[in-house]
Amino acid sequence: MFEPVLLRNVDLLDGHLLSSYEAGGGYQALVKALRDFTPDEVVDLVKQSNLRGRGGAGFPTGMKWGFVPKRADKLKYLCCNADEGEPGTFKDRIIMERDPHQLIEGLAVSAYAIGAETAYVYVRGEYVTAIRRLEQAIAEATDKGYLGRHVLGSEFNFAVHIHCGAGAYICGEETAMLESLEGRRAQPRLKPPFPAVAGLYASPTVINNVETLACVPHIVMRGADWFRGIGPDKSPGPKLYCVSGQVRKPGLYELPMGIPLRELVEEHAGGPLPGRRIKAVIPGGVSAPVIPETGLEVGMDFDSLAAAGSMLGSAGVIVVDDTACMVKVATRIVEFFHHESCGKCTPCREGLNWAVKVLRRIEAGDGAADDLEQLEMLCKGIFGNTFCALGDGAAMGLRAALKHFRDEFVAHIEQRRCPFH
Amino acid sequence: MTMREMIEAAAARYPNRRSAIMPALLIAQKEHGHLPGPVLEEVADILGVERIWVYELATFYTLFHTEPVGRFHLQLCDNVSCMLCGAEDLLRHLEGVLGIKKDETTSDGLFTLSTVECLGACEMAPVMQVGDDYHGNLDVARLEELLESLRASLGKAASAEHASHPAPGE
Repeated sequence: MFEPVLLRNVDLLDGHLLSSYEAGGGYQALVKALRDFTPDEVVDLVKQSNLRGRGGAGFPTGMKWGFVPKRADKLKYLCCNADEGEPGTFKDRIIMERDPHQLIEGLAVSAYAIGAETAYVYVRGEYVTAIRRLEQAIAEATDKGYLGRHVLGSEFNFAVHIHCGAGAYICGEETAMLESLEGRRAQPRLKPPFPAVAGLYASPTVINNVETLACVPHIVMRGADWFRGIGPDKSPGPKLYCVSGQVRKPGLYELPMGIPLRELVEEHAGGPLPGRRIKAVIPGGVSAPVIPETGLEVGMDFDSLAAAGSMLGSAGVIVVDDTACMVKVATRIVEFFHHESCGKCTPCREGLNWAVKVLRRIEAGDGAADDLEQLEMLCKGIFGNTFCALGDGAAMGLRAALKHFRDEFVAHIEQRRCPFH
Repeated sequence: MTMREMIEAAAARYPNRRSAIMPALLIAQKEHGHLPGPVLEEVADILGVERIWVYELATFYTLFHTEPVGRFHLQLCDNVSCMLCGAEDLLRHLEGVLGIKKDETTSDGLFTLSTVECLGACEMAPVMQVGDDYHGNLDVARLEELLESLRASLGKAASAEHASHPAPGE
């Protein structure tokens, strides 16, 4: 039985309060980091742990931190990406609502490591409860000396501010998030320069996801070897999986990285609803290509899913059963990306608009014989030709649906109706 | 605190005033219900920033409303997980009982009905946000209860207001 680490406090009645967090050993990682480690040693520890970013891209966290220039006189920022918007994903909300101090301790240790004195937590505006809990937690932590000037009597000064988002999926893209923080429309920036060199207000900036930061105190307390001992060596650690859709026990599950998708869905999440069969699973939020039922043996880690032609993404696992129409699922996903396209570049803005029109007519029974070719042509025109990964995500998802469930698209066109309705 | 004071407090968190436009718009919207032109201009004036900077944010982010919305803004998620768990039936039901289509407001100004992208609460799909609150695991019966409690809360608020502001002569 795997002992939860990241979710150990979430079921406590007052898990969001400092007293509960301290009672469970909270803020001891910050004490230990400030007492026993130099900032560089914390960076090295995180490098050795092989922690990879939990926001979706899976970039090695320690390496990202290592890109920040070492000059002590240079102002640096830490930003926490809490703009959780990938459909199917709700892990960061639960951490912030029920164990906000875990995130704050992660922020403090990480800021110490990279030499930042200010952090902004960019929380999506819909998460009102999470924002209130974080505000309360910041106030409690500041009163206790875990935040503020001379943290725990050290030379380290650290302040955390919340920046409330206002509804834009694109803010999950780190440079779009920086634009938004600077008071502009959230449209991605050209890279390079990368944020570690010139990010927020042109200062070196590290942007990490909530779950990534929440892992850091545990690595400090238990060591890099402990972390690497959980799951695959190149993609290790405890992992939060968000399971939703047509499944008996939707919910947030903490399990080792790399567990088989089938075990997650069928054992932990209880399998399909009574009398149904699982048809497909989207493993990492709607940007992740859908996996047909026959592919569920794949391990839930960055490398195994990439090798299987999909991705771990945000680990938003959406279960689709045999009563659902895959054309409709694909249409809804592309509609989402079209709605959230920031409008900056043409392939995404226009290509997705066009794809939505084609998909809607196929779903409505008005599809033409060459519509599937047209969709593939659109995917080709979008993929790899957009400013950021939003367009790629849409194209990859649509391609996977066309590849694995082509018969359903063909049936819509030939029967001139949706066979599921 | 006045709106200006709240905006100034928010602005103190950033090294420049432009960063405070988003928090300022959220504060102004809470105060005014929505963000018509004069409110946007007031925000620009308080922060001392270009008006176009304020307009461009108010018209980009979906949580900002430049048009009035009803007393209760029903924001039903219809993204994949909620769709798979019956959000479409809920939308049809709401349109039926409220007598409006999505993106419309009831003639009494009480309810605005919208569909929204993923609210990040898929473990309780289908889910709907009303004001600050999430309501999950919805079905038609729960939806009816929710509408009832929203209407009842309005009655309570009205009588509380009445009690705290007694009419002259009472």
